[in-house]
Amino acid sequence: MSLDAKTVAKMARLARVGLSDEQVHTYQKEMQGIIGWVDQLNEVDVTDVPPMIGTGLAQPRLRDDQVTDGNCREKVLSNAPDREGPFYTVPKVVE
Amino acid sequence: MSSVFNYTLASAREALRARKISAVELVDAHIDAIERLDDGLNSFITRTPEQARLAAKEADALLAKGEGGSLCGLPIGIKDLFATEGVRTTAASKILGNFVPPYESTVTANLKRDGAISLGKLNLDEFAMGSTNLTSAFGGVENPWKRRDSDAKLVPGGSSGGSAAAVAAGLVLGATGTDTGGSIRQPAAFCGITGIKPTYGRCSRFGTIAFASSLDQAGPMARNLQDCAILLESMAGFDPKDSTSVNKPVPHYEAALGRGVKGLKVGIPKEYRIDGLPAEIEAIWQQGINWLKEAGAEVVDISLPHTKYGLPAYYIAALAEASSNLARYDGVRFGERVSGASLDALYEATRAAGFGDEVKRRILLGTYVLSSGYYDAYYLRAQKVRTLLQRDFLKAYETVDIILAPTAPSGAFAWDEKPTDPVQVYLNDVFTVPASMAGVPALSVPAGLDSRGVPLGLQLIGRFFDEEALLAAGSVLEKAASFTHRPTIHAGVSA
Repeated sequence: MSLDAKTVAKMARLARVGLSDEQVHTYQKEMQGIIGWVDQLNEVDVTDVPPMIGTGLAQPRLRDDQVTDGNCREKVLSNAPDREGPFYTVPKVVE
Repeated sequence: MSSVFNYTLASAREALRARKISAVELVDAHIDAIERLDDGLNSFITRTPEQARLAAKEADALLAKGEGGSLCGLPIGIKDLFATEGVRTTAASKILGNFVPPYESTVTANLKRDGAISLGKLNLDEFAMGSTNLTSAFGGVENPWKRRDSDAKLVPGGSSGGSAAAVAAGLVLGATGTDTGGSIRQPAAFCGITGIKPTYGRCSRFGTIAFASSLDQAGPMARNLQDCAILLESMAGFDPKDSTSVNKPVPHYEAALGRGVKGLKVGIPKEYRIDGLPAEIEAIWQQGINWLKEAGAEVVDISLPHTKYGLPAYYIAALAEASSNLARYDGVRFGERVSGASLDALYEATRAAGFGDEVKRRILLGTYVLSSGYYDAYYLRAQKVRTLLQRDFLKAYETVDIILAPTAPSGAFAWDEKPTDPVQVYLNDVFTVPASMAGVPALSVPAGLDSRGVPLGLQLIGRFFDEEALLAAGSVLEKAASFTHRPTIHAGVSA
């Protein structure tokens, strides 16, 4: 499968990683190489094979519906790059 | 003074309990060694000598009363992927350059509970993505080993390269690592130390910065297996805060060390004899086979037919999970922010400036394999291949108890010998990735030196939760190899 520059730019946009045109070009070449290499998985017969979702070793478990943590607003906000009182700030999103 | 650096974790533990040395003396000597050597090695991102000295005084008070936990007063290092309350935790990324967690990871909390003293946070590949430790935003780590014939800087392996280098150079008695596709075992092999990747679910992932959640597993790195066993017993255990943590009692791992391998069936996977495997790796593997045979093990040829597909399936799964896990670094709630006119512009600028090249490449690829139209072709197919990889192991364990293989396809290479093609770099993990994909435990022990004088490791892969068989067989390899070589750069070598 070929991975063109337009697709790389689209992925960068979806992943919100800002890339310059030059970077798109570099990544396109590298990603093309990696995707070409993983294409060998097409050789494997996966008919009727279920996808592995985790190792299945841990038992799903329930617990009582109780608050076990919390009341630590200042801790939660302690690493905010910018804040106003108890709020995180972001650029204006509603006109 | 230099005798301090002959201690292993286990012998230092005895010396502390017998009051032959105080925790303050032990910790001070190691802090001093870090100051002497680590400006060059760069194995630490953040050093915490003041906290360590304080903790050492408290440890001495406990030891004087005959109290203290199993690790009381022992200086260790923490890979900078484990959140440590009040101590900067960076994942070797610019984006977390000033992140100070308000909480503690379960693994480090367990070590603290048992009295271990952290000397600081150890360097790694950015977000644990790499096999060289050269992708760190805080600079690469130098392997304390040198080739006999050259002064070239060697890579320590990765991603737990800082952990491996610090242990090998005698800066700490042990360290935590994490292993997603080989990140404990490969650097352990490159630096001539021992490392265990436990069964997935054995150690809690709570508070460990996530790379690929279905693969990430914490484990110990130290100078020998006994030290690893002591650390693992402390690190492991059920944690309600991690939904993939398995509720199983933690054995007394040290007890398994002397069990021997009589009657143990050891599998040798034929698919690991890859094309172009260096003769020296082949030879050390054969040596390992002979050692186990001589100790009474039965060696059986086995097949793990999907081995070849382990790496490409791993990269799809790991990159997909990484792209999803790293979505949280948006410059809003924590981490570094680069302003932008709109919220999207802020995200893009923050992530463009905060992530390094390798991390960006993996996020982009992960986004691609998960994106509409490609999900079935890549991600779903890889997860199916993963099932086949796991079945390979489960089938093998119907006839054998344990598997022996090399840890890595080469010894440590020089900084400037790192291939520029990402696929070539990924091939470092060819022998370690399959066990990660299956979730089974594995370890690496140093087995000898190559012709240029750098260490080579042997890998043992075991059944789910049978770390004890790994320790028993690993111990036989360790005794037979009697690896007592030391790297060129070592705390015990006086300047």
